[in-house]
Amino acid sequence: MATRQCAIYGKGGIGKSTTTQNLVAGLAELGKRVMIVGCDPKADSTRLILHSKAQETIMQMAADAGSVEDLELEDVLKVGFGDIKCVESGGPEPGVGCAGRGVITAINFLEEEGAYEEDLDFVFYDVLGDVVCGGFAMPIRENKAQEIYIVCSGEMMAMYAANNIAKGIVKYASSGGVRLAGLICNSRNTAREDELIMELARQLGTQMIHFVPRDNIVQRAEIRRMTVIEYDPKSGQADEYRTLAQKIIDNQMFVVPTPISMDELEDLLMEFGVLEEEDESIVGKTAADEAVA
Amino acid sequence: MSNMTLEETKALIQEVLEAYPDKARKDRAKHLAANDQSVEQSKKCIISNRKSQPGVMTIRGCAYAGSKGVVWGPIKDMVHISHGPVGCGAYSRAGRRNYYTGHTGVNTFGTMNFTSDFQEKDIVFGGDKKLEKLIDEIEQLFPLVKGVSVQSECPIGLIGDDIEAVAKKKTKEHGKPVVPVRCEGFRGVSQSLGHHIANDAIRDHVLGNRDDQAFESTPYDVAIIGDYNIGGDAWSSRILLEEMGLRVVAQWSGDGTLPEMELTPKVKLNLIHCYRSMNYISRYMEEKYSIPWMEYNFFGPTKIAESLRKIAAFFDETIQANAEKVIEKYQAEYEAVIAKYRPRLEGKKVMLYVGGLRPRHVIGAYEDLGMEVVGTGYEFAHNDDYDRTIKEVDNATLLYDDVTGYEFEEFVKRVKPDLIGSGIKEKYIFQKMGVPFRQMHSWDYSGPYHGYDGFAIFARDMDMTVNNPCWNSMQAPWLKPAAAETEATAASA
Repeated sequence: MATRQCAIYGKGGIGKSTTTQNLVAGLAELGKRVMIVGCDPKADSTRLILHSKAQETIMQMAADAGSVEDLELEDVLKVGFGDIKCVESGGPEPGVGCAGRGVITAINFLEEEGAYEEDLDFVFYDVLGDVVCGGFAMPIRENKAQEIYIVCSGEMMAMYAANNIAKGIVKYASSGGVRLAGLICNSRNTAREDELIMELARQLGTQMIHFVPRDNIVQRAEIRRMTVIEYDPKSGQADEYRTLAQKIIDNQMFVVPTPISMDELEDLLMEFGVLEEEDESIVGKTAADEAVA
Repeated sequence: MSNMTLEETKALIQEVLEAYPDKARKDRAKHLAANDQSVEQSKKCIISNRKSQPGVMTIRGCAYAGSKGVVWGPIKDMVHISHGPVGCGAYSRAGRRNYYTGHTGVNTFGTMNFTSDFQEKDIVFGGDKKLEKLIDEIEQLFPLVKGVSVQSECPIGLIGDDIEAVAKKKTKEHGKPVVPVRCEGFRGVSQSLGHHIANDAIRDHVLGNRDDQAFESTPYDVAIIGDYNIGGDAWSSRILLEEMGLRVVAQWSGDGTLPEMELTPKVKLNLIHCYRSMNYISRYMEEKYSIPWMEYNFFGPTKIAESLRKIAAFFDETIQANAEKVIEKYQAEYEAVIAKYRPRLEGKKVMLYVGGLRPRHVIGAYEDLGMEVVGTGYEFAHNDDYDRTIKEVDNATLLYDDVTGYEFEEFVKRVKPDLIGSGIKEKYIFQKMGVPFRQMHSWDYSGPYHGYDGFAIFARDMDMTVNNPCWNSMQAPWLKPAAAETEATAASA
């Protein structure tokens, strides 16, 4: 079977890297051969698999060696839990240079070096929160990732970001084969969260592929730089990630999403009580104004 | 235009515009006009300094070209770093023929190319550290360097490098000005914005440097601004001013130095040759230091005499008398030049297409030789340039702003000039069409053309181009009808 390439997007801080690594550990347990490509200059997409602080990145090694052409694949590819292959694209510290170009360079390097030609069942791209420029859209361009999973929760900004990402997918879906494959709800324990995300998924034309409940064991595993599956394989949370992994293996629902308008999103949030009915009369009023009134 | 009426010129413009799709035609129509001297403001007949249409083969350059290539590049005792990938600096190196004196690589650096040679890693991780290192190395390798300018190429603006912070730090460390210039190529519609950005950098990092220093001034202190010393232009201009009794304190940027730029605020009058590229800094010095400025034109004896008298009128009677003496001194010389070349060039028609000054400034020199400018246009002029042009050319003369490759060729086919004066990109097209051509950016590896000395060279160059026997050999021998008719064909060509 051909390698399935998947990209994980979602609002910053939503738990993309944690979810990706736990899910990938689940896939590895099921006998799948998997590679993670971290596409975030913070380089924290593989630490739970490698038990390391941060993996040495392609861009850093390229800078040290002179240029990316001076690197070999084995220099950048590390193998961790469950024989999962790990690479980090890396990039500059915040506020300098061009992180987007780093992602482009790193992914081109992996392709040219034949990193995808090995026997792999899955490649997962873990991408920075917002698709701020062309570089961070690289994983979904030019026939790279075909499946996009969006990690979200029942909070307004997470859903807003999910909708925006769906818009980006539409742009690339029209020129290539990329499709939205589902929303992963990483629960924040908000009210009727599962129903809300299922409804959002329905409106976007996709599915909520799995609802991952909130559990402190994730944090406990994380401070040990481990996935839950490795740290406590018998725990209920480990089973949740295994279920997610199985659902992704079986997934057949790949769609061109139908992003919704801002008004539709607000209506949805109001319906579920996340957002209050808007009171136009208070717009632009300062506290002092209101005190007078 | 001698052979075309106002109506005919307008009809020609319409005909040429026909080839365009609607939207392009509407846009290009605003940039083409038949001259009408009765128009007070050029904006009523021509639009300029607008974005070029995609696909038209514009001849323009970029903001980096305007700053590094034009304004900053000729300052000879500074190193100008082409900050970014290697190409911009390499392909623009020493191409503009700004002559200078000095020992290259020791105390002058004009024809050398300094670049930060950006690689992939510099884009991703930022190039500020590399820039710091580069500036340190320059200081170490070339201790006589007076200062450094950082000329930004496109990627610098895209990745947001903080070259201002680097410049500030290095200025302090080395005790020499390090000037950051934000002239990324994608800014603006042509090289013109690069001139403005470069002027602003001079204002912010150079002009005030000696404000609190004493200066022994004379009432006759002037500065030559906007003479780029192409083929030695500034040298043949400067001697005339000096013979008049003026003291040229500063001359930039052609053969210019950083100390001269710093001393410019001490002069009594700023003399501006290229108005387009240096009017900004002249206006600033007028506001800040109350230094008046004056445009002048040293192409051809008529304009030279006019300019010398205009400049002299600003000073006392001694200088005014001196100006007359200078004109008198050179009279026999320039009359001999005219006597020799005018009969060979009389009545010849010229079409010009140059940058921001010469399309109007060289007209007088052609007229001194009995030649006529029947079409002229600018790559990157603004409307204040066209205001000045309207008065310089006859009614019905063809004016073209940011002309496209197609328009220029069509105009030439119809107007049939005896000579075209434009740039390297146009040269071979027109030569292959059989039209004599002179490069009017670089003086075609000749020059100087300024001043009385320059006029003699100008006249010789035009003659040897227009009257070159090669133009009679444009047809293959086996295609020629008969020996007798050959002469006739050549004469009418």
